[in-house]
Amino acid sequence: MKVLAAMSGGVDSAVAAARAHEAGHDVTGVHLALSRNPASYRSGARGCCTIEDSNDARRAADVIGIPFYVWDLSERFHEDVVEDFMDEYAAGRTPNPCLRCNEKIKFAAVLDRALALGFDAVATGHYALLRDGDDGLVEMHRSVDAGKDQSYVLGVLDQHQLRHSLFPLGDTPKVQVREEAARRGLLVADKPDSHDICFVADGDNAGWLREKLGERAPNHGGAIVDDETGEELGRHDGTYGYTIGQRKGLRIGTPAPDGKPRFVLDIEPVEGTVRVGPRERLAVHGLEGIRPRWCGTVPAPGSWSDCTVQLRAHGDEHRARLRVHEGGESVSVDLLDAAYGIAPGQAVVVYDGSRVVGSATIASTDRSPAGSAR
Amino acid sequence: MTDPVYLDHAATTPMVPEALEAMVEQLGRAANPSSLHASGRAARRAVEEARERVAAALGCRPGEVVFTSGGTEADNLALKGLAWARRDGDPRRTRLLTTAVEHHAVLDPLEWLEERQGFAVEHLAVDAAGRLDPAALDGALAEPSGVGLVSVMWANNEVGTLQPLDRVVASASERGIPVHTDAVQAVGAVPVDFASSGVDAMTVSGHKIGGPHGVGALVVRRDLPVAPLLHGGGQERDVRSGTLDTPAVVGFATALDLAVARQAEHAAHLRALRARLVEGLRRVVPDVVLNGPGPDSDPDSVLGWDEARLPGNVHVSFPGCEGDSLLMLLDARGIECSTGSACRRPRTCCWRWAATTTRPGPRCASPSAAPPRGPTSTPWWTRSVLPSSGPGPRSSETPGCGGTAMKVLP
Repeated sequence: MKVLAAMSGGVDSAVAAARAHEAGHDVTGVHLALSRNPASYRSGARGCCTIEDSNDARRAADVIGIPFYVWDLSERFHEDVVEDFMDEYAAGRTPNPCLRCNEKIKFAAVLDRALALGFDAVATGHYALLRDGDDGLVEMHRSVDAGKDQSYVLGVLDQHQLRHSLFPLGDTPKVQVREEAARRGLLVADKPDSHDICFVADGDNAGWLREKLGERAPNHGGAIVDDETGEELGRHDGTYGYTIGQRKGLRIGTPAPDGKPRFVLDIEPVEGTVRVGPRERLAVHGLEGIRPRWCGTVPAPGSWSDCTVQLRAHGDEHRARLRVHEGGESVSVDLLDAAYGIAPGQAVVVYDGSRVVGSATIASTDRSPAGSAR
Repeated sequence: MTDPVYLDHAATTPMVPEALEAMVEQLGRAANPSSLHASGRAARRAVEEARERVAAALGCRPGEVVFTSGGTEADNLALKGLAWARRDGDPRRTRLLTTAVEHHAVLDPLEWLEERQGFAVEHLAVDAAGRLDPAALDGALAEPSGVGLVSVMWANNEVGTLQPLDRVVASASERGIPVHTDAVQAVGAVPVDFASSGVDAMTVSGHKIGGPHGVGALVVRRDLPVAPLLHGGGQERDVRSGTLDTPAVVGFATALDLAVARQAEHAAHLRALRARLVEGLRRVVPDVVLNGPGPDSDPDSVLGWDEARLPGNVHVSFPGCEGDSLLMLLDARGIECSTGSACRRPRTCCWRWAATTTRPGPRCASPSAAPPRGPTSTPWWTRSVLPSSGPGPRSSETPGCGGTAMKVLP
């Protein structure tokens, strides 16, 4: 196969490219330049968008012995990922830009271009397993390394995208990948993992949003209000600094009457109100999802089916029931055990065992006890 | 795969054997040309003979040649050194005139002088082919007392536009304003004579003319003060300190000598190759757009191709075709060209925006290819790398280059 290996400059994508090459594929390495001004994104060894990262990727390609190019996707990335990130926060939601990037950039813009150029597949260093299913469809499963599993951020991929994807690391624990990198002479073997959002240079999301959103409505300051009493407990600079379930950084002077910590319950971006309350009020028993994406067969609308769901990257798995609404544009998920700190804008990824069924964007959550709302 | 077809001579050139041989001979010797003993004197002699050859080739005096680490350093030395010295002479001289189509080794030092040193840079208007409008210069020189210098390249590195330097010199010199020109692309391709050109400072580079990397020169009139960038041992008449790299200087002089001696014959050869390349491209890709000076973008020009641009330059756009992808596909078939200046990341294409604005602007996708210059001149279109039809890939992105399918693939 002709394989395009997306190489971030990190250890995972380097080993993935090396494995694809070793498997006999005709591999070409590509580094995606996602920022017009590399200094504006993460610097040093932690991200995937800097000149150092591009050079690391280039050196890895040299060691592997494959051609290497840099593709400038900064405009697409800005439009599809960065702007979306700002819009979502401005609307009081909590987006996951990594999912968005996978959906719109890595397995869309890059894959489309790769296919147009005669490649058969795009290989990345994601930790997920692809397997041929009995029905002739390609199935995506969790990585064998539960701690590194990245199937959550890949839950947006459809069958077409999966058919043209290679995840050579899904069967290997991360620690072995690092050892393999060292054995292969890849200098990125010791490079630290990247965890934060790649385009927020110092990891300070709120600070980044404050600067980028500027005076953009509705991110004016506002009140932090006790959800039960309506009492104003403090002020804030902008709702973008808050996420549902957040406990730290509320800067509330007075303690709660019961002495227990308070959490962000709701964000009203238009009024600029942040509502806080006790942890039990965060318990989510169900949710509505929009923009569903299915990895394989689309579940039949109307009926409930048992599944498990994951509600944030590296989050716990929850037992759940899924129902696709007529028309297929939205889904309902009942959680059999409550989840906490679930924010609209995040993705719900649906699993059947280790297999990824699909995903949806959380539009709203149901904080009443299970079943009572319906 | 067959031998690669190298069409990127605007980025760098292979070393000519004579330069390689002269350089290797010097590499075997250990001597500092500033040393006073016999070995040092031998090295100094090699350097000074090289300087004399450079001077003879470029039409200047040996004392006007300041060896540098290359074109970028020579540009920096000229712009910063002249700007500072001119302002020392008269604190009102803070205006620096240039065009937006200069190489970044000129644009970026000027930008730095503006941002950090209190100068004001003015980018003079150019036409659709990237050629300076002399009237714009005259307008900018209407009040000449505050002008520190004018810097206009001899020939553009992307689309090969030859600038009206005689007009620039005529306008600036009568007002006593020094003119610098970056002649890195011009030397060896068109006749370049420092003295008769009338410019006051001129940048040349070794590796664009079949010489080694890491060496070049600023040719600058002796009576023009230049503030140094590098301070130290006082070499190069205190303008550029640092132990001279004798092998590189000798290799550079040898290559320059040959490039100038062969210039006319070489240019004729390149023009013939270019004509065949353009003819072939038009036959295979009828909607190919030829950028820069020439009939496509410059229909009203009284100048023909040969007078308007470098003989070895072809700059083309394929409508609907995305530059990065084309470069990759051509590379996979052993054809080496570029989609913009190799000296800029992310790759920029200066000519397109330069015509509409006087400030650096957004990139565009327009693969360019300079036909071979020097010894590797295989007629690559005879290798059926551009078959006439077939289901070529359509780019998912067609930034600014029209909308038909690309036809350059089997």
